[in-house]
Amino acid sequence: MAELHPEEVGAALVLADGAVFRGTALGAASDTWGEVVFNTSMTGYQEMLTDPSYAGQILVLTYPLIGNYGIDPPIDESRQVQVRGLVVRSECDSPSHPRGGMRLHDYLASAGIPGIAGVDTRAITRRIRHEGVMMGMIVPVDEVEAAQRQLKELPDYDTQDFISVGVDEPYVWRDGRPQQPLNGDGEAGPHIVVLDEGLKYNILRNLRRRGCRVTAMPPDSGVEDILSVNPQGVLLSPGPGDPQLREFQVQTATSLIGKLPIMGICMGHQVLGRAFGAETFKLKFGHRGGNHPVLEVPTGRIAITAQNHGYAVDPDGLSADIEVTHINLHDQTVEGLGHRTEPVFSIQYHAEASPGPLDNGHLFDRFLELIGEVQGD
Amino acid sequence: MDAVTVKKPESVLIIGSGPIVIGQAAEFDYAGTQACKAMTEEGVRSILVNSNPATIMTDEGVADAVYIEPLTVPVLRRIIEKERPEGLLPTLGGQVGLNLAVDLQDAGVLDEFNVRVLGTQLDGIRKAEDRELFRQAMRDIGEPTPPSAVVNSLAEARDALEEIGLPVAIRPAYTLGGTGGGFVRTMEEFERVVQTGLDASPITQILVERSLLGWKEVEYEVMRDAADTCITICNMENLDPMGVHTGDSIVVAPSQTLSDKDYQMLRSASLNIIRSLGIEGGCNVQLALAPRQDVVAWPPESMREGGGVGVPHDEPLPYYVIEVNPRVSRSSALASKATGYPIARVAAKIAAGKRLDEIANQVTGRTQAAFEPALDYCVVKIPRWPFDKFEAGDRVLGTQMKATGEVMAIDRTFEAALQKAVRSLEVGGKSVLWEDSEAEAEPVKAAETPTDIRLWHLLAALRADVPLDELAQRSGVDPWFLERLETIVQMERRLLAEPLTPSLMRRAKRMGFADEQIANLAGSVDERVREQRLQWGISPVYKMVDTCAAEFDAVTPYFYSTYEDENEAEPEQGKRALVVGSGPIRIGQGIEFDYASVKAAQALRAAGWGAVMANSNPETVSTDFDTSDRLYFEPLDEEAVRDILENEDGSQNGNGGVSSILQFGGQTAINLAGPLTTAARPILGSSADVIDLAEDRKRFERFLADLGIPQPPGTAVSSVDEAVLAADAIGYPVLVRPSYVLGGRAMEIVQGVGDLARYVTQAQAAAPGKPILIDKYLAGIEVEVDAICGGPGDDAVLIPGIMEHIERAGVHSGDSMAVYPAPNLRGGEVATVIEYTRQIGIGLGVAGLMNIQYVIMRESEDQDGDVFVLEVNPRASRTVPFLSKVTGVPMVEVAVRAMLGEKLSDQGYSSGLWPATPLVAIKAPVFSMSKLSGVDTHLGPEMKSTGEVMGVDVDYDKALSKALIAAGMAVPAKGRALLSIADQDKPSAMALIRELGEAGYELHATVGTASLIRGLGYEAQEAPKREVGGDPDVIDLIRSGQIDMVINTPEQISSNIRDGFHIRRAAAEQRIPCFTSIDTAHHAIGAMLEGGADYNIAPLPDYTAGRI
Repeated sequence: MAELHPEEVGAALVLADGAVFRGTALGAASDTWGEVVFNTSMTGYQEMLTDPSYAGQILVLTYPLIGNYGIDPPIDESRQVQVRGLVVRSECDSPSHPRGGMRLHDYLASAGIPGIAGVDTRAITRRIRHEGVMMGMIVPVDEVEAAQRQLKELPDYDTQDFISVGVDEPYVWRDGRPQQPLNGDGEAGPHIVVLDEGLKYNILRNLRRRGCRVTAMPPDSGVEDILSVNPQGVLLSPGPGDPQLREFQVQTATSLIGKLPIMGICMGHQVLGRAFGAETFKLKFGHRGGNHPVLEVPTGRIAITAQNHGYAVDPDGLSADIEVTHINLHDQTVEGLGHRTEPVFSIQYHAEASPGPLDNGHLFDRFLELIGEVQGD
Repeated sequence: MDAVTVKKPESVLIIGSGPIVIGQAAEFDYAGTQACKAMTEEGVRSILVNSNPATIMTDEGVADAVYIEPLTVPVLRRIIEKERPEGLLPTLGGQVGLNLAVDLQDAGVLDEFNVRVLGTQLDGIRKAEDRELFRQAMRDIGEPTPPSAVVNSLAEARDALEEIGLPVAIRPAYTLGGTGGGFVRTMEEFERVVQTGLDASPITQILVERSLLGWKEVEYEVMRDAADTCITICNMENLDPMGVHTGDSIVVAPSQTLSDKDYQMLRSASLNIIRSLGIEGGCNVQLALAPRQDVVAWPPESMREGGGVGVPHDEPLPYYVIEVNPRVSRSSALASKATGYPIARVAAKIAAGKRLDEIANQVTGRTQAAFEPALDYCVVKIPRWPFDKFEAGDRVLGTQMKATGEVMAIDRTFEAALQKAVRSLEVGGKSVLWEDSEAEAEPVKAAETPTDIRLWHLLAALRADVPLDELAQRSGVDPWFLERLETIVQMERRLLAEPLTPSLMRRAKRMGFADEQIANLAGSVDERVREQRLQWGISPVYKMVDTCAAEFDAVTPYFYSTYEDENEAEPEQGKRALVVGSGPIRIGQGIEFDYASVKAAQALRAAGWGAVMANSNPETVSTDFDTSDRLYFEPLDEEAVRDILENEDGSQNGNGGVSSILQFGGQTAINLAGPLTTAARPILGSSADVIDLAEDRKRFERFLADLGIPQPPGTAVSSVDEAVLAADAIGYPVLVRPSYVLGGRAMEIVQGVGDLARYVTQAQAAAPGKPILIDKYLAGIEVEVDAICGGPGDDAVLIPGIMEHIERAGVHSGDSMAVYPAPNLRGGEVATVIEYTRQIGIGLGVAGLMNIQYVIMRESEDQDGDVFVLEVNPRASRTVPFLSKVTGVPMVEVAVRAMLGEKLSDQGYSSGLWPATPLVAIKAPVFSMSKLSGVDTHLGPEMKSTGEVMGVDVDYDKALSKALIAAGMAVPAKGRALLSIADQDKPSAMALIRELGEAGYELHATVGTASLIRGLGYEAQEAPKREVGGDPDVIDLIRSGQIDMVINTPEQISSNIRDGFHIRRAAAEQRIPCFTSIDTAHHAIGAMLEGGADYNIAPLPDYTAGRI
């Protein structure tokens, strides 16, 4: 390939295995490092950028044309851009959508997040698929060699503690945004505590839409903290990082089983899996996209799911009162667990979608049914 | 786990879609072929019925039993009675197949023979197809449809309009490609379109609905299995907003301007819909989504109340469900090729009782069909319209589809995919840079109206610095698309202004600029640009279409080019050849050439060669990844094909040993012979020089003269003056045509000097810089021969069969009815045809297929006539599939083996005419005239048909009856005929009039013809011509539905052509048989009178083997 035009140069994505992809700088003019992962969704870049589960990661989008419909701030999925960096084939400098919207580049720049455009994202994806996820850096082109050296010394993604991605203080979800908790707000409906380890707001929106009162609490909240607000159910949320580092949450979950109905999503599912006696393991290149088929074992139906996870539950160690309720048809990994006697279940994928197919919202209904049954008893 | 209750049938009847017409093209051959293969894989016996012989699905080995018979209820009943299929698969044969299935049920045939409908059930189909049932079904599930009313009369329509208000859209029920509908803005338009819509609908029913003109048009291709797993395969967004039929729209996949909220909202709606209709298989859902209000204002009243269920955004954009096709469709073929997900195959397997998770994804080889494809590229489809042939046609696009075919291109940006798609169109040198001189003065105004050339108008407006927002408002095209066009225009400016550097070149190539465009803009020549970029190391890489955006390893070698880093199509070892396909379906180059390309790839593989396919047409079997060892979805121009060859070959000099096969892809492929030879690329089969010798008028004349084979006297001219002199010398009438074009484009019979001057001017416009040919017009028996010539060192010339045309010479061979074996040739004439064919094949040095058209002029009926050569084409012709089927000679396979060096004798064939099979087969043309307003329907030297059917039986009248029934030209045994015969045809019409009179027909006629009829002693009612006035006039008479058949031959005097034009248009729109050739009419009526109705129904091999 011929030498790049000066306009096209600027940035390089450097991978831990030494590979270098040169392109145009995008977003903030700063360096970044993180675990390089890819997502195959064709829409939903804003939701992905603000998904806290991407903390510590550089996100490669396999769909080549990104930014077409701009950025619409109300659909952010958390309080900030969460990815460490963004890699795209082509960034749209003139977005178009009935809601108007900001250009992706400006959004990233104002969030202080760098990116790179113009690179062969399919080649990067194929490399990750073959070699597995690895650390990488986005740097100015003249710093490639330094980055290659630096990458040898950076801490592994798996060793990093992302507990700080969750919230520090409890909040409630009302009127479509997080608010200070109120005492005696006089609202009806089941009260759900969501342990926010890095959740997407759409989980809260889904609960709210179903008439729930929603209190999000910091991930290190203990059993007493949780029970002190008198919830009717607890939802263990998604979040970034290796579930092996969440022993505290596993203990909390273990204590809650039998006390309250529990739903786990993604990291919350992995935490429950560990609480049920299983180990978790790292997938070679994760599941990230909006098209993963999941078999609902009890019904034989297939659900198309939104996924974003790098670890999975190993079913071998599960205790006898746990059944595998959902299986990924691509690689047969565990996608859902259910307790045979207690109102506790979890899914590895994202019932809240955003981005992704809206086919799985019924899982929230099921959670509320379980709560209703418990209340009815 | 729930047990799936669908039981696998033992046998299944699959109904094909019949002839290619506008709105129903090669996509159903692709679908039907996949369905048959799927049934074989499932161990289900397949019985296939189709009237179209030019299909792969009707080939030996695809289905277990093949009937090439008319698609009517009586015929299907006989087949069902004989075959007793357990199941019927109605959703793979387009609207024709679907309607026929409904008719079979209504006629009680399915119940009578216990035939179970497989896949989507007929009540689901009715719910989707019947406007009122559909609207009710949508109301039941809370999906919004535009305010509308279903009406059965003009009066009802007027009432409904009070509620709905103008502008409105009119959509007739149960029609194909939106025939007879339209958008109307005024009361006058309203009354007219309502009437044509009611007339077009077989159940006299139309939908009047609020116009969503300017809204975004989005489609979803969805699948559902019997276990209720629902998935979407692909969504697509139209560049042309609502108002243009989706078949006539530029379409991009996946959608580009939809946010995830929009995308998922419409996806959920689509899945709700197929659940509610009980679809089991594939389905297409069309939706309208609110556009930017600064582009098209949408009134608040059209906002539906409340949000959609489960939509996570507080205020979803309003949308409406427009239409559902409860079957595989043109869009599903496009989606299959755009994603790699074989929709028809999976739909067929679902019908056979499989669940989505039990069907393997052939692309990855390790995942299942139960997933949604992820694209990591952009796909652009552009329709191919016939207006290059029908200059008089109305080019304005609306709800009635007008395109005959389409092209698709894939790349990593929209700009590049669009530009490749434009290159693929092959529209007479119209690159992206072409500008319409007529639109120059008012570029925005031109871009306002959707036409076949609106894309160029939009580009021209941007070049003229029309502000983008103004252009968006005026055209309704979303600014996102216009910005992309603007990017192209900016690059054009840079290429014009800046020196060509490696970086500029690379950027231009990444944006899809062809070498030719770069050369034009940078003041260079194509070859120089190519050399330069190769020197700079700028060449395309090939990426795989893998359904999963590289998430999994894929095993299916389906590639597209792009200018990026990693090449996934590394050269392979072993003997390989590239089959160049035929591009978009257009008049003159139809599905027959795709048939030949597919057979060529199969023959290569059978011979142990690797078959590499290149094509740009998403509808076809050739672009099914199963057909070849490698598929390149690329434009079929010199640049793209040379790039493919360099990639396959692993060299820039042809040393890798990869050859090209050009003789099966029509003129598209054959035109590459010269350039590829110049580029030192080896060609299998006839060489570039052979092709030039046959196409170069002077060389060919000398060649024939040396052999002593006569041609009609003629010459090549390059000016009007030369033409007039030449015609005087030859004597009128003369045939004028430009050289080097296919399908008789701009070819006409000319009677005098005035018309000659006009035609020569026109012909020059059609093929600038090429000579114009003037020949003596000989009105004799036209005979057509396809021959296979041995390869190097083999001088055998096999003639599988000789076909005789029913129409005398002067009607384009593609529009003629052809009879095999030739019924009226004398032994000596046949011997001469064989001998000439042999001499020409050997003399030219043809290797492989060749088509020759002869005309035989007899002095008297008891003497052998003189045989003249009209035309020689050293390539596969459109009669190859027809002739292969009726003679039993697998012509393409034999030709390919010959090219690869196997002697014909070693293949079991000898030189000369292959013994005729004990059958009579008639190929009849099919036209799409009701869809192309403004186009004259009369037969002439310029081809007008879009498709063909075959009638086969044991004798001529039976075969002809079936051909006419299948072509929709069946003549009733009694009824009312309207005759309007041109003076020059009156003598030959006399026998016909007597037959009609004796048969008891009620005859109506225009004034001159009426006197002729009375002169012959029959009654005739005079119908006044429109010009004369009179109430009702002849047009009213036809439109009133009182006429069953029209026989109208055009006057040769150009000033009088318009009289007949209106008669012919009225007949086309009324869908009654209209014969414009006395010969055709005579034979058609003859067949009807001679008991042709007593035809046989049998599988094709029973006819060829004489088992009837």
